[in-house]
Amino acid sequence: MASSRFIITVIGSDRVGIVARITTVMANFNVNIVDITQTIMQGIFTMIMLAEAPLENFDLAAFQEAMSAEGKSLGVEVKVQHEDAFRFMHRI
Amino acid sequence: MHINPNEILETIQMVRMEHLDIRTVTMGISLRDCSHPDIEVFNENIYEKITTRAKELVRTTNDIQNLYGIPIINKRISVTPIAVAAESCRSPDFVSVAKTMDEAAKDAQVDFIGGFSALVHKGATVGDLKLINSIPEALKSTEKVCSSVNVATTKTGINMDAVGLMGGIIKKTANLTADRDGIGCAKLVIFANAPEDNPFMAGAFHGIGEPECVINVGVSGPGVVNAAICELENPSLTEISEAIKKTAFKITRMGEMVGREVSRRLGVEFGILDLSLAPTPEIGDSVAAILEAMGLERCGAHGTTAALALLNDAVKKGGAMASSSVGGLSGAFIPVSEDAGMIEAVRAGALSLEKLEAMTSVCSVGLDMIAVPGDTPASTLSAIIADEMAIGVINRKTTAVRIIPAPGKAVGDSVEFGGLLGNAPIMPVSNFSSEAFVKRGGRIPAPIQSLTN
Repeated sequence: MASSRFIITVIGSDRVGIVARITTVMANFNVNIVDITQTIMQGIFTMIMLAEAPLENFDLAAFQEAMSAEGKSLGVEVKVQHEDAFRFMHRI
Repeated sequence: MHINPNEILETIQMVRMEHLDIRTVTMGISLRDCSHPDIEVFNENIYEKITTRAKELVRTTNDIQNLYGIPIINKRISVTPIAVAAESCRSPDFVSVAKTMDEAAKDAQVDFIGGFSALVHKGATVGDLKLINSIPEALKSTEKVCSSVNVATTKTGINMDAVGLMGGIIKKTANLTADRDGIGCAKLVIFANAPEDNPFMAGAFHGIGEPECVINVGVSGPGVVNAAICELENPSLTEISEAIKKTAFKITRMGEMVGREVSRRLGVEFGILDLSLAPTPEIGDSVAAILEAMGLERCGAHGTTAALALLNDAVKKGGAMASSSVGGLSGAFIPVSEDAGMIEAVRAGALSLEKLEAMTSVCSVGLDMIAVPGDTPASTLSAIIADEMAIGVINRKTTAVRIIPAPGKAVGDSVEFGGLLGNAPIMPVSNFSSEAFVKRGGRIPAPIQSLTN
């Protein structure tokens, strides 16, 4: 695990304010968005972000909890996973 | 974006919908330096060693589960076969060792501990016999301890004295745990060609050629393979094989990543990655369903052995490409009670013990989690073991028997073990006697395949 980059996925039904509220939580944790895209997966709204967390004083568990809680109040599922989980699986 | 969104969604889908998981992170710990003539001192030594080595195992594994968002279902420990480690103890039995292992496992908060084991494929030492005779009481009085006995290898043949003995040990274990449908037998495996680095239970032990401490990872994902096949439109079997291979590759990569990170953080050597399609009782996590997706009306129909051979081989090929550390059992498991599709197939009359036996000649293990009538004679259990060992020995592969003669139950009844062990309808066995054959004892010599030097 060399980087502190995470893939954040937001899955659920689309509504006003999802990006605003999710990115506010990220800002609170000093997490920077590197790239962002959105798509419809089997009819479900899906937003994918590549984000960079600070190298020091970053509490992953607390960040995951805050993101997941914000997602719940929006009625969407939010996952924060280290980028290697995706890189490793599909690339040699 | 450096990572393709489709790949991200594919991974998410595998975990969310198709039950992709790391089935187990298993820490292998050598107990060879714990020997002592006084069994109390020995027990203190192993308790100390296991709990020290595995102190951070569960916490670290949980951290990595959260980091990657991939569920890691079980954390386990395997130890040096106790028959070897406790050989020098001057004590009539080793039950107290099993109890100590159980306490150490609870202290380390792991799900299972394996290695209450003996390797007797060519013959038994005094320690081996003490261990084997302790198995029923040990499995009755512990929760997390798993036991295994290797009674045959391709190089040595089949120790029929041990096979004869194990039939009785299985019966005794079932009877001592009769209040829970003989669940003790679900934690006891009889092996041919047992691998020394398998992370899966109940057969995990830390082999004598293994290092001081090692991390082995078991990955599963029958649901993912099933989904990959179902996505294909009217595929040929060649295309199905290709799809399974690609999927196995991806699953293996995930396991490799997790295993290496766990071992790096713990400062423990990474051993092997075992890609075994291990079903769970959950719907959609079934090996039988994969075989049915290939076009069989029910698992057990004619063609099932061929379909399983294709599956097992494609899984190995994908895995071998993805990681240089593939080992253990790696292939497809066919435990009846743990696979909703298998249970259904037995209930529908599609799948018999005889068909399962044929399937074990092409899958990664053997007759697994099969419940038979409680009044099955010990000699019949031994004969079932002997047949299975013969398949392993001749085909130079691992085979195993994990069979439960459910006390008081007959064909038509079911047993319920709960959790990952699931439930099983009682399957009929042959009513013709094998007793005279089993009683002869001795050794079935190593086959001609063993003369490779």
